[in-house]
Amino acid sequence: MKALSQKRRHPLAAIALLLMGLLVTGGLYAVATTVNEAKASTTSYSANDTAEGEKLFAANCATCHGMGASGTQDGPSLVGVGAAAVDFQVGTGRMPMQMNGPQAYKKPAQFNDEQTHQLSAYVASLGAGPAIPEEHLLDGQGNAAEGGELFRVNCAMCHNAAAAGGALTRGKFAPALADVSAKHIYEAMVTGPQNMPVFSDANVSPEGKRDIITFLKQIEANGSPGGADLGALGPVSEGLFVWVAGLGVIIAFTIWLTSRTS
Amino acid sequence: MSASSTAKAPAFVATTKAGRITDFVDARVGGSGILREFGRKVFPDHWSFMFGEVALYSFVILLLSGTFLTFFFDPSMAETHYDGSYIPLQNVEMSVAYSSSLDITFDVRGGLFMRQVHHWSALLFVASIAVHMLRVFFTGAFRKPREMNWVVGGVLLILAMAAGFTGYSLPDDLLSGNGLRIIDGVIKSIPVIGTYTSFFLFGGEFPGTAVIGRLYMLHILLVPALILLMIVLHLFMVVVHKHTQYPGPGRNDGNVVGYPLGPVYAAKAGGFFFIVFGVVALMAAFFTINPIWNYGPYDPSPVSAGTQPDWYIGFVDGALRLMPGVIGDFHFEYVIFGYTLTLNVLLPALVPAGILFTIMFMYPWIESWITKDNREHHVLDRPRNAPTRTAIGVAGFVWYCVMWAAAGSDLIATHFHVSLNDVTYWLRTLFFIGPVIAYIVAKRVALALQRKDREIALHGRETGRIVRLPHGEFIEVHAPLDEYKRYKLVGFESPVPLPAVPNDHGIVTRKEKQRAFLSRWFFEDRVAPATPAELEAAHGHHAPAVEAAEESKSLSH
Repeated sequence: MKALSQKRRHPLAAIALLLMGLLVTGGLYAVATTVNEAKASTTSYSANDTAEGEKLFAANCATCHGMGASGTQDGPSLVGVGAAAVDFQVGTGRMPMQMNGPQAYKKPAQFNDEQTHQLSAYVASLGAGPAIPEEHLLDGQGNAAEGGELFRVNCAMCHNAAAAGGALTRGKFAPALADVSAKHIYEAMVTGPQNMPVFSDANVSPEGKRDIITFLKQIEANGSPGGADLGALGPVSEGLFVWVAGLGVIIAFTIWLTSRTS
Repeated sequence: MSASSTAKAPAFVATTKAGRITDFVDARVGGSGILREFGRKVFPDHWSFMFGEVALYSFVILLLSGTFLTFFFDPSMAETHYDGSYIPLQNVEMSVAYSSSLDITFDVRGGLFMRQVHHWSALLFVASIAVHMLRVFFTGAFRKPREMNWVVGGVLLILAMAAGFTGYSLPDDLLSGNGLRIIDGVIKSIPVIGTYTSFFLFGGEFPGTAVIGRLYMLHILLVPALILLMIVLHLFMVVVHKHTQYPGPGRNDGNVVGYPLGPVYAAKAGGFFFIVFGVVALMAAFFTINPIWNYGPYDPSPVSAGTQPDWYIGFVDGALRLMPGVIGDFHFEYVIFGYTLTLNVLLPALVPAGILFTIMFMYPWIESWITKDNREHHVLDRPRNAPTRTAIGVAGFVWYCVMWAAAGSDLIATHFHVSLNDVTYWLRTLFFIGPVIAYIVAKRVALALQRKDREIALHGRETGRIVRLPHGEFIEVHAPLDEYKRYKLVGFESPVPLPAVPNDHGIVTRKEKQRAFLSRWFFEDRVAPATPAELEAAHGHHAPAVEAAEESKSLSH
């Protein structure tokens, strides 16, 4: 202790203290932020998958994401994004991106399941990140009512209460969620693709995510009990419908009623 | 009247039992006199005259379906856990009001259908009132002696909106709660009294536990009673004033040309009720409206994307969406003596609606002051024959539509793949220049149509028949109109600007000068109807042979 107290007025003491503080907070932050991240696993991929994935990556992705996925001006680094991010982006056809724009559009997937698997293996090998979710979280057997509440609190402000999608600023948008597979919904929640925030396991537990998926799949399967849903877009489509179809039909009747037989 | 007539004719004794009962009733309520009077009221026949009827019938449907809903709806805001048939909301905490709305939807036989009938007819009710008012405005039917009935109609529009909004809020789902929250914000933005008013209305801090019950009372008691009262006044004045009619041969301000109410017109009107009911029922059967099960219970924290009011409140919501929070460094929020003045809520929520309704209510008097026209009008104007009025109406309509569209700005952005910001910028621009462009375009179109009418009146319609004359010239044969059709094109008034005139003291007041200025603006651009002399001269042109040949054909134009 004496040695330490003697050196406390050393010219480098302040710098040493600062460094120590930064290391501690940085280290704690790193631990705190990864502890709730969906658990990474690279174990299910063979060395061959990773090697094939690297070749596919170099041929199709490296133009924007850089060799070694370290990122360029046109695309972010993919180190540590995890297999789930690749599986979502490539699996839904958003990557490779059709064109630069506010947001990547969903389109028919360019790679088959095996290639997507290989690409995921390669990117997962670069650094720990969210893994592809396990099957039992995607079975749609959770609690739909709980999922509905979680959805309304966390998701509905962008995706609409009926998951019909909604607008964001400057051409960005939250897509409609009908016909999105359970796996992709889960991956989107853990990786936060495009403009979506990440919902870590501390925000929404894996069970909660399973409930949300259950809710979405259930309202999709139920359909609309009241007849055609007019896009589930709320009062705008209802208003449009009553003005165009409702009044239109009634005007046709008024013309018929007042026409003269001549 | 009937009492005296029966007293003078005591000899009549009905031969059948039904006849005796009828006679008994008639002798006491005077039914035959009423029937004789009303049965002979004449109504002109035109499709555009029927929107008021549509509104009336929608109101009847609303009363019937609404009564059904009151049997099952419980406006309590007490908390409960849902225990009905809809699985995705099972055991979710919610208010009794929302729970009972879900029960109506899923567990009451025919409940969902009745809810949808009620909501669709509500949208149709306000829409038909709006179209009816547009018809009345553009045809000049609000002029003397109908100014007060125009005001009653305007009050009906506001009451219909109030009925709609109070009903929209009742299910206490997320959508309606978001709507109430906006109303709460607007009320709170009113200087000085806003916060007190909000606390009074909600029985404390928003959302409280009182507001649904209060809105329910307004929705099923006060507002419908006022609407009924206004409908009675409205129809009473229609009977007193008699119905207006479109211009035509034999029609003038002293007569009404049409069918008597009984029996044909009454049968038509009665049948039309069932047509409207049928259309509403079909919509309710096949198209979802207000899927409250999607929205979940109200909770002040979540707001769903695509939250909009029903269409008739849309323009206020749109104005709120268009209002910028700040412009550069300029703020719209001030703290004065500890009170916050929030102009970026107050201005868009109250000012455009205030301007629209003020001008709407005052318009009959504004126009009659400018034109000094104090005569009774029972013959309508064709919109083109009152170009300035038509242009004013179109400008107001476009202004309304810009705000209306802004309420759906997010859906415009997602469905047309454009940036939400760009949609907002465009609509902000159109908010200011849209009405100006609309005014100019509508006025020019009206004048152009008048010129076309004049041309057709003078020279007949184009037949598309090209004739080569013996000396080689090609002409297109114009067929003159028959007198009926020509009357419509020439039989209208085209007033000229009225210059300022001195009053009794020989002074031209400043107000009179302003009036003269407005009169010039109103009537400066005009196309005079073809005079008989002009018609005579124009028809002299035609080669008699061609004209005679054409006249023998029947004209369908």
